Amino acid sequence: MSDLFHMGGHGVYIWPAYLIATVIVVGILVQTITTMRRRERQLAELRRERRGTDDEDET
Amino acid sequence: MHRFANPNKFLRMGRAILPWSAGLTILCITTGLYLALFVSPPDYQQLESVRIMYVHVPSAWMAMFVYSSIAFSSAMALIWKHPLADLIAKASAPVGAGFTLICLVTGSLWGKPMWGTWWVWDARLTSVLILFFLYLGYIALNNAFDDPARGAKASAVLALVGAVNLPIIKFSVDWWNTLHQPASVTRLDAPAVHSSMLWPLMLMAVGFTLFYVTILIFRVRSEIAAAKIHNIQLAEARR
Repeated sequence: MSDLFHMGGHGVYIWPAYLIATVIVVGILVQTITTMRRRERQLAELRRERRGTDDEDET
Repeated sequence: MHRFANPNKFLRMGRAILPWSAGLTILCITTGLYLALFVSPPDYQQLESVRIMYVHVPSAWMAMFVYSSIAFSSAMALIWKHPLADLIAKASAPVGAGFTLICLVTGSLWGKPMWGTWWVWDARLTSVLILFFLYLGYIALNNAFDDPARGAKASAVLALVGAVNLPIIKFSVDWWNTLHQPASVTRLDAPAVHSSMLWPLMLMAVGFTLFYVTILIFRVRSEIAAAKIHNIQLAEARR
């Protein structure tokens, strides 16, 4: 197991590389989904407020 | 509402593709990571540090691929006023910036044990750093205007001008002397990489591409929602 972390002395470079890549990829995913949900909620709310007054934008 | 006819088609298509792109992203990346970290052999020169390649090289490909699609969409948007093209370009930029950052950081972590330095100001590294700044500039310019259409137009011009950088990145290792090694996979003859290393590399590359597709579907959906919110608020303000 310690071999896996050590990786012939290169573990200190390999693991941070994978960790940083994971953080960036997951960060993009989370930011994307939270922003999308927030906007879709806001849009649904705006449409509820406008319902009946102007149907032109309903799609 | 013919202006949104295309976006609605995109939303429908996106909903159909999403489960596949998301599922295959997870499959490719988990298999790729397993092969990269536990199965593939150490390199005879680079030893274990070669494992950094499996994130570094696919993210470098993505950094350039995503920028190419931004430049292509920007051209579509400027020439044919395609309503989706601006949204696709805008939605792509943060993903491309993320991949470029991964490429730079993992490259640095690979350079230290192999070259003895975190960074050199040579043609390949510098041109990729410029690519990262182009992404940041694109995002900043896109958000710099109150009117989203003006931001889209200005940043589309920037994306097209910045596209000059792509061939410079690609051929920098051939045109100038550099510490960075030349291409081993994308060569005219057969790749100079053994299949035990090529498989994890390709799986990671396909996984990253599908991740981009998945994120693009989410982000374009998000941009369409934002555009509709903007339109409703404009209509409200005019009343």
